[in-house]
Amino acid sequence: MRGLFAAIAGGLFGTGLMVSGMVDTAKVRGWLDIFGAWDPTLAFVMGGAILPMALAWAYTRGRSPRLGGSFPVPSEPTAGRDLIVGSVMFGAGWGLSGLCPGPALASATFNGLPGLVFLGAMTLGMWAAPPVKARLATPA
Amino acid sequence: MQQDWLLGLLGGGIIGVAGAVFLLVNGRIMGASGIMGGLVDGSGRNGEPLAFLAGLVGVPALLALLFGAPDTNITGNWALLIAAGLLVGMGTRIANGCTSGHGVCGISRLSLRGIVATCFYIGAGGLTVALFRHALGVI
Repeated sequence: MRGLFAAIAGGLFGTGLMVSGMVDTAKVRGWLDIFGAWDPTLAFVMGGAILPMALAWAYTRGRSPRLGGSFPVPSEPTAGRDLIVGSVMFGAGWGLSGLCPGPALASATFNGLPGLVFLGAMTLGMWAAPPVKARLATPA
Repeated sequence: MQQDWLLGLLGGGIIGVAGAVFLLVNGRIMGASGIMGGLVDGSGRNGEPLAFLAGLVGVPALLALLFGAPDTNITGNWALLIAAGLLVGMGTRIANGCTSGHGVCGISRLSLRGIVATCFYIGAGGLTVALFRHALGVI
């Protein structure tokens, strides 16, 4: 059951990325191109996604997940060095390629060899991240 | 242009429903980098993330087969692809989230970490495009 609903969620996520045009790297980089031909589509995608998610979060109050367990507790409201450094690295890669993990995976089957090269490098980066993160988490 | 915004809103709504299903049914946060990263580094290796990935890759593949693959305008510059992939993979794992985890799931919960992360990755992305497109002219 967990697997079935995980697959449904993944499939809906992929469908939403296709419908919204977020698999198009030109649209994503267009959103980041504030000094050029700025494309606001991504803001509409974010807004459209945040609304149902906000309702879902409100619904979790006093309840448990349908398939058991408990809802993820809110993280400590602290923004450490790892959060900032990691987000800046991610943003730089996102700007260079117009790809973030969700759309890169959703377009894996029709992005040709360049898409697979990106996914390979992304996987390698994820694999190499834990020791770097541990170093950043210790206070300076 | 106007149609792009409407499709963006509609597609965004579908993404939000996907996140809501994963949260309300499975009790998990729908973050692409967390799901993929857990499989890569072994911190979350079970059937659930694998099934999520199968849906995320498989359904767009099916849609592309039925309606034609969309234009993705991906760069063919290998150095750029490798550098960007490494930065995205390592950065999202260090920050514990990407556009879906911090952006969609974090902001909708008014999570401070989600909001801070989103400000920094959009800021860094904007500066990168400004530098590499308008100053250096490579992308």
